[in-house]
Amino acid sequence: MMGMNMPQWGVWAMALGLGVFLVMLFSSVRRHHGVHRSLFSWPYSLWMIVFTVIPLFLVAYYAFTNKAGQFTMENFANFWDSNREMKMQLSGMGFDPAAMGMGARGTVNVDTLVYSLWMAFLCTIICFAVGYPAALFMADRDFKLGPILIVLFIIPMWMNFLLRTIAWMSLLEDNGLINTLLQQFGFKKLKLMYNSEAVLLGMVYNYLPFMVFPIYNALSRQDKKLSEAAMDLGANKVRTFARVTFPLSLPGIVSGITMVFMPSVTTFFIPRVLGGGNTEMFGDLIERTFLTADNWNVGSALSLIMMLLILLSITLLRKVDPEGEGGSLL
Amino acid sequence: MTKFFKRFYLVLVLLFLYLPIAVLIVQSFNAGISRAKWEGFSFRWYEELFSSPTIMQALYVTLTIALLASIISTILGTLAAIGIHAMKKRPQAAMMTLTNIPMTMPDIVTGISLMLLFIFTQVDRGYFTMLIAHITFDTPYVILSVLPKLREMNRFSYEAALDLGATPGYALWHVILPAVRPGVVTGALLAFTLSLDDFTISYFTTSPLVQNLSTLIYSEARKGIKPTMNSLSALMFVTLLVLLLAVNYRSSKAEQAK
Amino acid sequence: MKKILSLFLVLLMAVSLVPMAAAEGVVNVFNWEDYISEDALKMFEEETGIKVNYMRFTTNEDMMVQVRTSTGAFDVVFPSDYTVERMIAEDLLEPINFDNVPNAQHTAQWLQNPSYDPQNQYSVPYMWGTVGILYDTTRVNGSIDSWSVLFGEEYKGEVFMLDSIRDTMGLALKYLGYSMNTRDPAALQAATDLLIKQKQDGIVKAYQVDETKDKMIAGEAILGVVWSGDAQYAINLNENLAYAVPKEGSNVWVDAMVIPKTARNKENAEKFIDFMSRPDIAQMNCEYIEYSSPNTAAIELMGEEYTNNPNLNPPQEVIDTCEFFNDINDFLPIYNTLWAQVKNAK
Repeated sequence: MMGMNMPQWGVWAMALGLGVFLVMLFSSVRRHHGVHRSLFSWPYSLWMIVFTVIPLFLVAYYAFTNKAGQFTMENFANFWDSNREMKMQLSGMGFDPAAMGMGARGTVNVDTLVYSLWMAFLCTIICFAVGYPAALFMADRDFKLGPILIVLFIIPMWMNFLLRTIAWMSLLEDNGLINTLLQQFGFKKLKLMYNSEAVLLGMVYNYLPFMVFPIYNALSRQDKKLSEAAMDLGANKVRTFARVTFPLSLPGIVSGITMVFMPSVTTFFIPRVLGGGNTEMFGDLIERTFLTADNWNVGSALSLIMMLLILLSITLLRKVDPEGEGGSLL
Repeated sequence: MTKFFKRFYLVLVLLFLYLPIAVLIVQSFNAGISRAKWEGFSFRWYEELFSSPTIMQALYVTLTIALLASIISTILGTLAAIGIHAMKKRPQAAMMTLTNIPMTMPDIVTGISLMLLFIFTQVDRGYFTMLIAHITFDTPYVILSVLPKLREMNRFSYEAALDLGATPGYALWHVILPAVRPGVVTGALLAFTLSLDDFTISYFTTSPLVQNLSTLIYSEARKGIKPTMNSLSALMFVTLLVLLLAVNYRSSKAEQAK
Repeated sequence: MKKILSLFLVLLMAVSLVPMAAAEGVVNVFNWEDYISEDALKMFEEETGIKVNYMRFTTNEDMMVQVRTSTGAFDVVFPSDYTVERMIAEDLLEPINFDNVPNAQHTAQWLQNPSYDPQNQYSVPYMWGTVGILYDTTRVNGSIDSWSVLFGEEYKGEVFMLDSIRDTMGLALKYLGYSMNTRDPAALQAATDLLIKQKQDGIVKAYQVDETKDKMIAGEAILGVVWSGDAQYAINLNENLAYAVPKEGSNVWVDAMVIPKTARNKENAEKFIDFMSRPDIAQMNCEYIEYSSPNTAAIELMGEEYTNNPNLNPPQEVIDTCEFFNDINDFLPIYNTLWAQVKNAK
């Protein structure tokens, strides 16, 4: 890294970039006749290149280099065998890690990924199972309250998500509200917190609205005449739903699944609060690798793997909904 | 019967969504500090809230960042959407990919990649970097809200305005903008909301000195949230609720007037 | 359009300049969560006119990453002993000019020239304490005097462990009869196995750091591994709680005040360190956070209430069983790898 002896050069570079960017902004708006409108998107392109594309290249750079800055695939090898670095270090010190039983449990990273995917999968399924009927009932044209109720689904999201999660803690604790009530009615206390189920509950709670919106949007946009026509043609309610309503809501479902699955794979914080730190999800793993273990190279490799997985699942989902843009956004 | 079942179901789901919020609001009036025991009604935490410089500072940071980020990203995003809309197929596809990258990127990767950028360029992380990060993740949402409105618009009206002698700036301001206004407003609101609620990206792009509410709560959560936080979120909740109802009321009135 | 643009530019400049200013009258302090008396900070600001920017961290490891990456953001940092050693080794610290810190003379004899800062150049001790078990006296059988209670079936599902690598690995090592600073991979592996078995047996309720004290006050668990000051804080609020340093020995630690090399306000940092070492201020902090004070003059001011409390002032024979953490340097990645195994065991 050059410029080490010139601290803050980045600040100047960014100020300069901002200046250029503003000049472009003004000139693209104020130029006279004949300037093509596509110029309007220049400032944005510049912004995205500096603050999205270049940072991504940095992540890739760290993922494919070691601490000395040389090219390596070690960081990915370390993903498969999380003990790899340790074993090499110990061998270098003259120990025999295998003889000490230190090769065991090397699947920490893979296990965490599998666990995160499994939890995200469960969360998506539950959100869908709970959210679809809700969206369907609200989208019913005869139900005048529908549009108001959908707003009620948005409002909780305006409250800080950390606080909402912590509020669950005061409900679920051993001496929390639910258990206090149970005891007053003479029941035994339940173990509601410090486990995966509590984490799942927190995730469903936080992501449910993301499933309900797009489905509601897709359903309420449907022409009611379609289902009426199906009924007139002799289809019963179930058949109408299966052949008309449901297929038409597919884009909504796809974007709902995307919007729930993606953030839930990388959930962090919720396992710490509701799971008592007993389990880690991939987000926690990445955070710990960067901010506690201070290993940016492996952390970057983990981030890249995460991104690839997400991109892969999105491409798969797009296959179901080739219209693009995943139905509707919020 | 089915009608009753449907409503009952919706009530249950909403109950699930609102239960913790209700708990939070009730707790904010609890005289004691305990989360589980009710020790009488009091405004104690509300008083402490307004006398806590840390929380007030975090509130200031949260609100100004949300405001600035939503304004800047709305301008940036609206212009970009107009530009993208006017592009030929190839560059348009490229721009859409560029727009989709940050939206499909997990928050934690966005946060970390920006953190790496700031550390690499030796920019002190703080207010400014957090603002940049928020603009970065807000703008694509603005674009995606404005683009559909552009597609609905008559594509020749802009050219017509130019032919009649309008400058591009004038045509932009008086022809395109009025047509896409609903999309711009949606985008701005969306950006504001996202920015207000963001934790992960802010966490990686700020220093411990400049905290927004989310990062403050995160560090407080580790030692047990003080009820002042509950009172703050109760206040914010009620404010937003009133705002939302007012907007809804106005728009339904406007619709009736039509 | 123009109006909006210029308005937002003005706004942008106005707000972005404020937090970037590294003005003269400022000291940027980076300390542990909940680890200082707010009144002491206020007094410092009033007496010196220097504004304190107060920031907080949770573990030494997290703090180190911040200090390495946010250059110039901190003027005074409060690392623990082994981290001071690490920071000296990495050349991250600025020597303190002790002429500007006259109150450092009150430091207890045994903490002058400590092992982590042998020449006494870089650090002034702030607090010290032990690691032990906080327990609910109404729900334990017999006396709690050994780490073994954390690993037996008796308190299954009723144990809070520390989510902090050195502390938790250290107590497991100590229980197994090793040194907390061992460089023997077999010992580390044995400690890891023990912690994983403890978790798989369902003994651990949660791994956490600062949450433990409030949850113990609320009776969420029977046993919790805590630092002595958190224990005293909890005991003050719930008389059923008691604290013990296990007989196998434990960790005795010192948190010290240091100045990073990249500090932008070194003079103010020294003023701050001196102020915190002033006997009345040291007393104020000690009475507020309830850890043990390294400041002999402050201890004199506190009198018997302090000296008679074994949690604050542990008897010499307890301290003799305890160890300081040393910087494990190149073994740190190994600790991290093993700790990841514990955290992810199912």
